[in-house]
Formats: sequence, structure tokens, C-alpha cells
Amino acid sequence: MDSTTIWIVIAGLGIGSFGLRFLFLGVIGNRPLPPWILRHLRYTAVAVIPALVAPMVLWPAATGGQFDAPRMAAAFVTLGVGLATKNVLAAIILGALTLYGGLYIAG
Amino acid sequence: MLPATDNSAFWLGVRSAAPFILVVVPFAMLFGVVATEAGFTVMETFVFSATVVAGAAQFTALQLMQEQAPTFIVLVSALAVNLRLAMYSAALTPHLGAAPFWTRALVAYLTVDQSYACSVAAYERHPDWDLRTKLIFFFGSCAPVLPLWMLASLAGAMIGEAIPPEFALDFAVPITFLAIIAPMLRTLAHVAAAFVAVVLALSFAWLPFNLGLLVGGLGGMMTGAQVEVMLERRLKPGGRP
Repeated sequence: MDSTTIWIVIAGLGIGSFGLRFLFLGVIGNRPLPPWILRHLRYTAVAVIPALVAPMVLWPAATGGQFDAPRMAAAFVTLGVGLATKNVLAAIILGALTLYGGLYIAG
Repeated sequence: MLPATDNSAFWLGVRSAAPFILVVVPFAMLFGVVATEAGFTVMETFVFSATVVAGAAQFTALQLMQEQAPTFIVLVSALAVNLRLAMYSAALTPHLGAAPFWTRALVAYLTVDQSYACSVAAYERHPDWDLRTKLIFFFGSCAPVLPLWMLASLAGAMIGEAIPPEFALDFAVPITFLAIIAPMLRTLAHVAAAFVAVVLALSFAWLPFNLGLLVGGLGGMMTGAQVEVMLERRLKPGGRP
């Protein structure tokens, strides 16, 4: 991979990503948004993040897209502990332990 | 209740994002290693992480570059993964839009999944917070995650040795995101939004450029908003929503 291509990708992604992040914060600023838009925005995180995670859990890249029981179990434990305790640290630790335990058992 | 001082607001933010150190550090090191294996210098790897600050997009770009994809396709696909950042920007605007221009520019640069999710969750729990408190909390939530993302990518690039696949570092991302999202599923509307988003994202996973993520995200948001309206109508019989 040549250095020019690398720097074009770095510059393009850097500027593009900042542009996406600044799009609304910068342009709308302090202007009030209509209530129906605010109502949709309240669900941004709980919609976008699960949509991002679901394919990673069901078809992990590390197994070439094949279903993997330890990863699926780890995902459910993380979600379950997070729901039950509202504790991010506990969810991460128990999720990781499930993953490593599952991978160990699966050999 | 407002936190007593600026300092305590900052530390509340730090504490909320601190658990992510456990997953950000190994994931960033993995990025550093993979990038140098793909032909990036240590300097290029560090600048990449410091300017783009978005792991999923950086990995997407690396993978496509290794497959010799045209530079244009590399940029379009990686930016599609980052389109969610525009949604985060929109969701932060009602809270932080009143800040001065350069502060908003700094917030934009620091908007990542963790800082966004921690902050919005805190703002929902504390509707009485003023702009200053909200901003300080946001910067606090960036402090444990963003410097470590950059430094650990640098460390990974300098070590440059393959991390054995048994460490399953690929799964740091799903675990992080599930731990972020679980405590936010507070109402039926939130649960419905997440459920529809997952079903749509999986059904449209065949779309190019990661557009299935956008279909899932937008469908989930519309579901959440609709369920909220329906629940409000039920609570207020005869009243306008």
C-alpha cells in the first residue's frame, strides 16, 4: 500500500467524519427543533447501536461469518446483566468472562 | 439535582465512561497491530486514530485497502459506517446546541459512541442540568476513552506483533455496545425501537456500504417515536398527544 493512498484515506476519513459529527451541532446550533424530530432523536442510541451490533453477534467476522455459540452467549449475558443491574462495568466483565469461558469449553 | 461543582460534574462523566477502558485499550492495540501489518507506518497509524477517532470505520477502511478496493470505495464505505455519528450529532443538538461555535466544534470532534451514549443517558436521568453542567459531563466522559484510544493504537503499532486470535478482541465492540445500551432500555418504546432496529439491520444486511445499519437505525427511531405517541394517547384518554 503506497503512502499517498494512505494519506488520502486518512485525510478523507478525518474530514468526512468530522463533517458528519458537526453536521447538526454546527448548522442547527441553538435553533429549536420541531417536537416530532426531537421524539425521533430520543431513540437514536437504542436504535442505531443494536442495529450495529446485531450482525456482529450473529455473524462474527472472526469466525468467517459462522454462528458462534460462545460469542452469542457472551452477548446475551452482557445484555442481561446490563438490563438487570444497570451496571456497565459488571456487564462488560461478566460478558467477557462468558466469552472466554465459552471459547475455552468449545476448545 | 445539579452536581455541586464543575469538578464533580466532570468526574461523574469520567466515572460513567471509565468501564470502557477495559475494552477500548485492547481494541485500539489490535487496530495498531492490524494497521502496521497492512503497511501503515507507526506515524500514519497514530494520525489515523487521532483524526478519525472511530474504530469501526477505521477497521472497515483497513480491510478494504487490503483488498485493493478503489480509494473512493474505501472512503464511501467507511463514511457510511460513520453516518451514525451524524445521528448522534442531531441527538446532542437539543442539549448542547446553545454552546459557542468552537465548543460545539470540539464536542463534534469528540463525539464517539461512548461519549455520546454516556452523556445522553445522563441528560435523560437529569433533565434539570444546565448547558455548562452538560458540557462538562460530556468532556468528562471523553477523558477516559479518547486519549487511550489514540495512545493504545500507537502502542499497538509500535509493538506490531500479531495478537493471538484466542483473545477474541473482535468481540470487544459488541460487548461494549451491549453494555452501553442495556441500561438505556427503560420503556416499552425504547425496547420496541431496539427490537425493530435489530430485525431490520439483519434483514437488510445484504445492502452494500453498510447501509443496512441505516435502515435499521431509522426504522428503530421511527418505531420508538410511534410507540411513545401511542403510549401517551393511552395515558391521556381523549386528550391530544
